[in-house]
Amino acid sequence: MIRALALLLCLALPARAEEVVAGLSRDNIGITASFDGSEILIYGAVKRFEALPEGPPLEVIVTLEGPSAGVTIRRKSREAGIWVNTESVGIAAAPTFYAVATSGPIGQILTPEEDVTQRISVPLAVRAFAGPLAVDDTRPFTEALVRIREAEGLYSLAEGHVTLVEDTLFRADFRLPANLIEGDYKTRIFLLRGGRVVDQHRAAIYVRKVGVERWLYVTSREQPALYGLIALVLAVFAGWAAAAVFRLIRN
Amino acid sequence: MQIYLPIAEVAVNAFTVLGLGGLVGLLSGLFGVGGGFLITPLLFFIGIPPMVAVATGANQVVASSVSGVLAQFKRKAVDVPMGLVLLVGGLLGSALGVWVFNILARLGQIDLAVQLAYVLLLGSIGVLMFQESLRAMNRARKATKPVKRHQHIWVHRLPFKIKFRASGLYISVIPPILVGLVVGVLAAIMGVGGGFIMVPAMIYLLGMPTKVVIGTSLFQIIFTAAFTTLLHAITNQSVDVMLALVLIIGGVVGAQIGSRMGARLKAEQLRILLALLVLAVAGKIALDLLLRPAELYSLTAGTGA
Repeated sequence: MIRALALLLCLALPARAEEVVAGLSRDNIGITASFDGSEILIYGAVKRFEALPEGPPLEVIVTLEGPSAGVTIRRKSREAGIWVNTESVGIAAAPTFYAVATSGPIGQILTPEEDVTQRISVPLAVRAFAGPLAVDDTRPFTEALVRIREAEGLYSLAEGHVTLVEDTLFRADFRLPANLIEGDYKTRIFLLRGGRVVDQHRAAIYVRKVGVERWLYVTSREQPALYGLIALVLAVFAGWAAAAVFRLIRN
Repeated sequence: MQIYLPIAEVAVNAFTVLGLGGLVGLLSGLFGVGGGFLITPLLFFIGIPPMVAVATGANQVVASSVSGVLAQFKRKAVDVPMGLVLLVGGLLGSALGVWVFNILARLGQIDLAVQLAYVLLLGSIGVLMFQESLRAMNRARKATKPVKRHQHIWVHRLPFKIKFRASGLYISVIPPILVGLVVGVLAAIMGVGGGFIMVPAMIYLLGMPTKVVIGTSLFQIIFTAAFTTLLHAITNQSVDVMLALVLIIGGVVGAQIGSRMGARLKAEQLRILLALLVLAVAGKIALDLLLRPAELYSLTAGTGA
């Protein structure tokens, strides 16, 4: 027990030697009608209480994670000559957005065990399955989830996109896509040495619909009947106005 | 110019949507159909989630039908009593359709149902229309005897008969209610007004004169589509007003241009063009069902529990 504690202390001690201090270019993103994606700059510095340690070089990984939501992954198979959705796997919580930027190849700077505990790499971000599983092998389904979201620009791994200057200053640029879901986005910054996390820092970015977008969204959820009526009034008015304008042009 | 859609939660190019609306409006002006059967698949194509595409398509149909029916009222080409009878069936049909839609969406089979409905309906109607217009063109060329209008078939032997003055008909209300019902169900599931089914059904099943058919069908579709929009808004919150507005603006402009162009073309030529268009859409969707898709997996929000 004592030996274990001593070992833990030994491991923990160098961690205190380096701390991360970080900032965000913005911690608030408003989705307006003309929202076309957004840039986020995450920057920071490494604070040291001792001289630059010897040994493996310092590496930085920055992750940006969107709110989690349940998702159902369906597989098509050929039934009676046509392609139909047959098997499905439900996932209780998968991030709607997940981007990882690193200062080097992730396989070299992060050990697999540390990756599992911190859930850093993209495939590990997909969590708990929902309900009883109807299929034997879920791996192709989770792989498909990651593949589809990567193709949509929602999941990404950018190796070497964290620039590290003099082992002290770092920056990572993220591009948030236009098909963004509102919610609280989490950023995590990991300092690594020899594949182990020596310090980490978390911060949040709030993404909200604003103005008309917010009002329409809230109304559609909270007063669906009123929202439906608004949609109809708009449609009837537009139809009438078009006919009226056209009549004017004709005469 | 990108525009973020609050319900669909995707950003689309406003000009693309405006163009889609315009194209569909142009066709609807040319052929006198609502154009819903084109707008929904086109919205799928630009990445709008199917549920939002169907619900918003219904909303867009309201606008184009209002625009169209006003012109038809001016020409006295609307049979209001017939429209109301069709409407009774139509409202029942849309309630049934939205119910079925929500069940299918939960089962994950809504895409299949919508695609199958499109292939079967568009395919058969396209073929029928194509044959019919070919025959009509041949008749016009040979200038032989005109077709008999009042054919007495089983439809005319049913009870609850009513006089429909504008159509010059004295028939039972049961066939129009059934026609309305079927169109209502399809409207809700496919996000269409159902004009392309309603128009042939009115001509061939009910024996209505062609001149009142389009006006009456549009009159009825306004209410069915409005009811469908409302039900979708309440039960699955998938009507996107922002998307509808852009589509409508493109659509009404396109419709006006289309109806001007339509006035210069012959009716038979128009019908053949429409038949070919319907067949092309059906063929495209059928190919999607028959060929192995590039991505076998698909994602839907929620765990369906």
